[in-house]
Order: sequence, then structure tokens, then C-alpha cells
Amino acid sequence: MSYISFLSEHGSRFIDGALITGVQFFCSLALAAVIAHVFGLVMLSSNTVVKSFAIAYVEFFRGTSLLVQLFWLFYVLPLFGITLNNFLTGFLAVGLNLGAYGAELVRGAILSVPRGQWEASYALSLSPAKRMRRIIIPQAIATMLPAWGNLAIELLKSTALVGLIAVPDLMFQARELNNSTYLSTWTFGTALIIYYVSARFLITPCMRRLEKIMARRMGRA
Amino acid sequence: MQWDWEFTAEILPKMLWATVNTLMAAGIGYVIAAVIGLLFALAQRTPFRSLTFIVREVVEFIRSTPLILQIFFVYYVGPEYGLWLSPWVAGMIAIGLHYAAYLSEVYRGGIESIPKGQWEACTAINLTMAQSYRRIILPQAIPPSIAGMGNYLVSIFKDTPMLSVIGVEELMQAANAVGGQNYRYLEPYTIVGVIFLIISLTAASAIRGFEGWIRRKLGME
Repeated sequence: MSYISFLSEHGSRFIDGALITGVQFFCSLALAAVIAHVFGLVMLSSNTVVKSFAIAYVEFFRGTSLLVQLFWLFYVLPLFGITLNNFLTGFLAVGLNLGAYGAELVRGAILSVPRGQWEASYALSLSPAKRMRRIIIPQAIATMLPAWGNLAIELLKSTALVGLIAVPDLMFQARELNNSTYLSTWTFGTALIIYYVSARFLITPCMRRLEKIMARRMGRA
Repeated sequence: MQWDWEFTAEILPKMLWATVNTLMAAGIGYVIAAVIGLLFALAQRTPFRSLTFIVREVVEFIRSTPLILQIFFVYYVGPEYGLWLSPWVAGMIAIGLHYAAYLSEVYRGGIESIPKGQWEACTAINLTMAQSYRRIILPQAIPPSIAGMGNYLVSIFKDTPMLSVIGVEELMQAANAVGGQNYRYLEPYTIVGVIFLIISLTAASAIRGFEGWIRRKLGME
């Protein structure tokens, strides 16, 4: 059997898997972005209670392994009567985990906004919400976008783990196909190449474009 | 579902033994990664353009594909070419190569941060290439890389649970086995989480301490 006939016979499974991986990627990226901003901002708050909660969250999710968190959500949560389907569990675990890493990026980026920008918004007597929304966060986003590019690739790679709780993503399909055909080089090789191409030729150029757009809007380009 | 302390006491010794295996896996994997990573970094600084290009692409490929697929690939592809690898050997190769790609970037950053004058001084006092690296460049390149290298030590430790998918007897595998035998997943998975949290937080602070110590030792403060 040649590689071409292998692809024409099983190609649809790779496509199905890649689509699920894509959906998992976008769901967990959205969740991670929200969590990162909420916890990143809360970590800078002056209220010690919420601040220590946010720090505990970040340390907890960064300190334990993603696979452990995923299995815990999948096997232990139902024992307390909370049953989530595996698709939801998958992107929840990935999003919660990468969100904790993202929170550090948000925190660092906000701290890197020059002091004068804060002072200027006090001088204009902007409300705290407006100050954040109009002055600080846009500049912070421009600073942290390159780091988010790396995080997005980490996130794509992390979604491969959801296959272990039977979400039929690319990794899962490759594994199933390997179990039925025993053509390991082709099945795993194809899956690896799909991940590589999506990371290198889809995610990276998109992030670069986004960086350019943001830089132009900030007048830095 | 209630937490069962008796069950916890019963399985804890087993889990702690598995922790030793996890630490060993992380340690061996890290040593492999540190050595191969240095080779990757140095290979990208040779005057051979094609070698630089190939190593660069290999590093990019490894960095943008999921570790779990790489583990499957190494484990299952060997036998197709008559090379049987044990789960431990396959796992160590996969995780070692994966982190070698990351560490090579850390080394590269460290080496590139050395001022050009240092290289010129090496040439001026007639040091060979090997001597320049060993006596002048690497001792200065390593301290700034320590934070990055330490982070990857913690990362490699947190990625060892993935080795359980090919049956390496580490912590996650032990938890799966104990959980499956007793139909209780709450305690094993929670214990795994707690062990990971304790070790990675301790390691992170130890690395910070070590970084400060080595900087003082080399008179960089």
C-alpha cells in the first residue's frame, strides 16, 4: 500500500480529527484569554483577599500537570455529581490551565505600561474602568501579543491531550487508526505534520498579522 | 463521595514509590535534553549553512508538535523498522528530544547575549574554538540561562505523566492502576495533584535560590 492510497482511504479521519482539534483550540483559547485577563487584573488589585485567590489559582494550575487536571475533572468531578461531557471537560481543562499561564503575561504586560500613561489618565480624570479599557489594556495587549503567539502554540499542543479522554480529536484519530492499521509511521507522521503545519503556517502568521495591526493602531509601526 | 483516609494510607506508599520513578524520568530526560540541546545550539552556530538550516527546522518541528504524539511516534515507529524500544527508553528519547529543542533556544539566547568583544578577546589571545567556548563563552552564557533552564526542569517534571500512555510506571500510571483496581479515582488522582503541586512549587523556589547563588558565585551581582 502506498502512502497516497493510505491517505485516500483514511484521509477523512484526519480531517475530522483536525476539525475537532480546531474547535477545541478556539474554545480553549477563548476561555484562556478570558481567564488570563480576569486573573491577571485581579492579581494587581489592592484587595488582598481576591488577590491571594488569584495568585493561588495561578500557582495551582501552573504547579500541577495539565494531564492530572484533565483526569481529575473527567474522573473525579462526576463522583461529586457534576458530570460534564468529554468535549466540554477537554477544553475546560486546557483553557483553565493555559489561562493561568496567560494571567502572568497579562500581569507583566500591564505592569510594563509606562507610569506616565497612568498619570495622564488620572490627569484627564478618567474613571478606573475607562482608564483600563481605553488607555492601559490596549497598550498592554500590544506588548503581550508576541508572548501570546507562543502561548497559542502551547495551547494547540495541549489540546492533543483531550484525545486521552476520548474526544475524537486529531491525536485520538491517529491513535485509533494506528490500532487498526498498525501503520505507525504514516498515521503518527501525518498527524505530526498536520499539527506542525497548523502551528507554523496558520497560527504563527495570524499572530504576526495581529501584532502588526496592533502596533499600527498604537502608532508604533 | 467521601474522602477515605484509610484507603489513602493504604495507597500512599505505592504512590510515593511511583514518585521516585517520576523524578527519575524527569531527571534522566533533563540530562538528555541538556546535552542534546547544547549540541542543537552549537550546531546552529557552525559555518555550515545547510547544517544550521536543518537543525533549525528540526528544532521548530519538535517545538510545534505535541509531546504526546512524539511519545507515541517514538514508541510505535521503532518496531516497524525492527527496533523494539522499551517504554522507558522510548519515553526518555521522546521527552529528551522534545526538551532539547526548548533548551537549545535557551542556550542560543545565552550565547548570543555575550558581547562581541569577548569573542574578539578570545581570538586576540589565540584561544581555539573549543577553549573559547569552554573557558570564556559558556561560563558567561550559562548564568543568564539558569532561570530558563530551571523553568524547563519544572516543565519536564510536569510533562512526565504523559509517559503513562505508553506504560512507563510513573505516578500517573500508578494512579490509573490503583484507581482501576479499586474503582476509586478520587484519592489517587488527588494525591497525584498534591504531590505535583508540592514538588513543583519547591523546585521553583529552589531554582530561584540557585540562580541567585550562582550569580553571586560568579561575581555577577
